[in-house]
Amino acid sequence: MEIQLNNNKEIIERDQLTLAELIQYKNFTFPLLVTKINGRLVKKEDRDNVFVKNGDDVTVLHLISGG
Amino acid sequence: MFPDHNIREKLKDKVVGIAGCGGLGSNCAIALARVGVGKLVIADYDEVEIANLNRQYFFSDQVGKAKVLALRENINRIDPLIKVEMHEIQLNEGNIPLIYKDCDVIVEAFDRADLKQMIVETVVEKMPGYYLICGSGLAGWGANGTIGVTVSGNLYIIGDGTNEVSADYPPLAPRVGIVANMQANQVLEILLGKM
Repeated sequence: MEIQLNNNKEIIERDQLTLAELIQYKNFTFPLLVTKINGRLVKKEDRDNVFVKNGDDVTVLHLISGG
Repeated sequence: MFPDHNIREKLKDKVVGIAGCGGLGSNCAIALARVGVGKLVIADYDEVEIANLNRQYFFSDQVGKAKVLALRENINRIDPLIKVEMHEIQLNEGNIPLIYKDCDVIVEAFDRADLKQMIVETVVEKMPGYYLICGSGLAGWGANGTIGVTVSGNLYIIGDGTNEVSADYPPLAPRVGIVANMQANQVLEILLGKM
């Protein structure tokens, strides 16, 4: 399937996968992420249950300590 | 009269929220005060420590003072007319929507990444339409070209996205100040429109 990931086109070699699986697949290893699908926030505890589908616009932002 | 009189006129009725008054929050608040943002809503539960003086906009005679009090003093030394609403409190999912409800833009200025995530989720979920400007990745020194802006809807994340604070790479005045001032600059672009 084809999705937009952080404003870039991405081909994912799967028919569907959960957001948690996508994060693993893309190797996003930062512990604290903010995730959105089609502009809607997906909280950490929901990433196992929310599926990424063809055409979705996915945003994965990581947050780093320091201020 | 200030040379930027017209800009000050546009900013004098604006309200900007600053969540945390450490390195990011204190420097960002000072920049916004200097350009004439009319009201700042600041919150922090901490006191000024000597270790903060390497990057935070406080002075050695303010050590031991509540950061919100010290920051209000410093803002009003620059411009006594700027209104500063202080909250000496630990921010959380419950109080953020109340404290910052009248703000045109909110600046995230926490130290801990888990609190950054908390405020992003709180604002995106409970305060739709509000602008939030976060800092993420500012430790160490040099590497000027790596600091940038990521935009997702009304959420802006400013920093290098990489350098976590550690014993080898502490937060230091130049890079913390760069990110804090880029946050203030982003606030201005939202309040005034693009150049």
